[in-house]
Amino acid sequence: MIPPQFEYYAPHSVDEAVALLRRFDGESKVLAGGHSLIPLMKLRLAAPRVLVDINRIPNLAYIREEGAHLKIGATTRTNDLLDSALLVKSYPILTDAAQQIADPLVRNLGTVGGNVCHGDPGNDLPACMLALGAEMAVVGPKGPRTIPASEFYRDTFVTAVESTEILVEVRIPKARPHQGTAYHKIEKRVGDFAMAGVATNLVLDGAGRVEIAGIGLTGVGPTAIHATQAAAALVGQLPDETHLAHAAQLAQDVAEPSTDLRGPMEYKRAMVGVLVRRVLDRSLARARGGG
Amino acid sequence: MAASARPVTPAASLTSAGGSIIRVQTTVNGQPVTAEVEPRTLLVHFLREVLGLTGTHIGCDTTNCGACTVHLDGKPVKSCTVLAVQTNGREVRTVEGLEVGGKLSPVQEAFVEAHGLQCGFCTPGMMMTATALLKKNPSPSEDEVRDAIRGNLCRCTGYVNIVKAIQLAGQKMQSATTAPGGKA
Repeated sequence: MIPPQFEYYAPHSVDEAVALLRRFDGESKVLAGGHSLIPLMKLRLAAPRVLVDINRIPNLAYIREEGAHLKIGATTRTNDLLDSALLVKSYPILTDAAQQIADPLVRNLGTVGGNVCHGDPGNDLPACMLALGAEMAVVGPKGPRTIPASEFYRDTFVTAVESTEILVEVRIPKARPHQGTAYHKIEKRVGDFAMAGVATNLVLDGAGRVEIAGIGLTGVGPTAIHATQAAAALVGQLPDETHLAHAAQLAQDVAEPSTDLRGPMEYKRAMVGVLVRRVLDRSLARARGGG
Repeated sequence: MAASARPVTPAASLTSAGGSIIRVQTTVNGQPVTAEVEPRTLLVHFLREVLGLTGTHIGCDTTNCGACTVHLDGKPVKSCTVLAVQTNGREVRTVEGLEVGGKLSPVQEAFVEAHGLQCGFCTPGMMMTATALLKKNPSPSEDEVRDAIRGNLCRCTGYVNIVKAIQLAGQKMQSATTAPGGKA
């Protein structure tokens, strides 16, 4: 399959890229890893007149802690997450997720920025960003702005990024002591999109109570879902069986799965509950210094 | 033309909708290549139809099967999901570039010796992924091999001999570097 015709631009700066998006507003798409966009174009589900390839923009691929944040540049490849000793040690939710994204070949090109802002509810990183309370840094004609992950996902393939803006960086609150994060999904075939996926983030206080909690869900609604009530039910509590089970129930209630080739909605909803419980256990073990 | 190794000049890029031709300058199997392509030309089509390198196969054409795997700057990627123009100024290696001086690479030898194929369709992609794996991890466990080839589908073998071939290739490469009189 050959994609429809398009014009190709490879700008060398974010400003140049934004100018191109503005010039071709409504007809252009950003090309990063291309592993969602190019298949969509081959299938004629997308036919942008102009592609703005941001891969030639220097200094857009990085993983570093700076100030109060972990910062990940938009064109950082998925496999770069797995190769980062910092992430393996302090942000295991991201390596959990990266390991479950597609396959190693796809991960050599697929980018963090693309995964986060493509807006496919089956992408794995959005749920992680919701659980972590991340912010998305975007640049547009009016300059830079940041958008909390909780306000980022509007509808399927629709995010808060305007058509003339580019996501340049993901900012995640810096890892803290007694924090545990994890991600897991169940899939019909290895490397497939999730039947259901769950991201959890727990920070414990000195008394072992939950100080901060975040829960995100993959593949069980029109967008990644921020299970705020489930997370809030844990805050201030000891993470015991009763509270964890309650949170799992609340998360399951907020899921909006649909029946499709990946499974019936009843099954997916039940699996959200099962996964929340399991992934919270993993987060808790990590917050307590285990694996 | 709007070669992306240089800053884009609007005059060069702005042509009739979609009809623009872009000059790609890339390195394929160590040889510099210059060609004029449509922006929508996929790398796999560029390799097979423009350069005549038909060792890279088109399998599923949907980023699943990995038959089209080539190296882009040393990393294995699925060339059905890369635009030829994206390789501008970069290095591509295909299965034709594995042999050195007319001699099969250790990975190629091992696929012959361990019979790591049946119909052979997935083999070029398998060998490209295997070559990249062994460069990073010279003695992978079976699990590590199986994880590395998750993006390469074989419908004949059940993978058993492919895994053996890749491990054998690793041993060959190590003994070539450590054996007395072997290549340093």
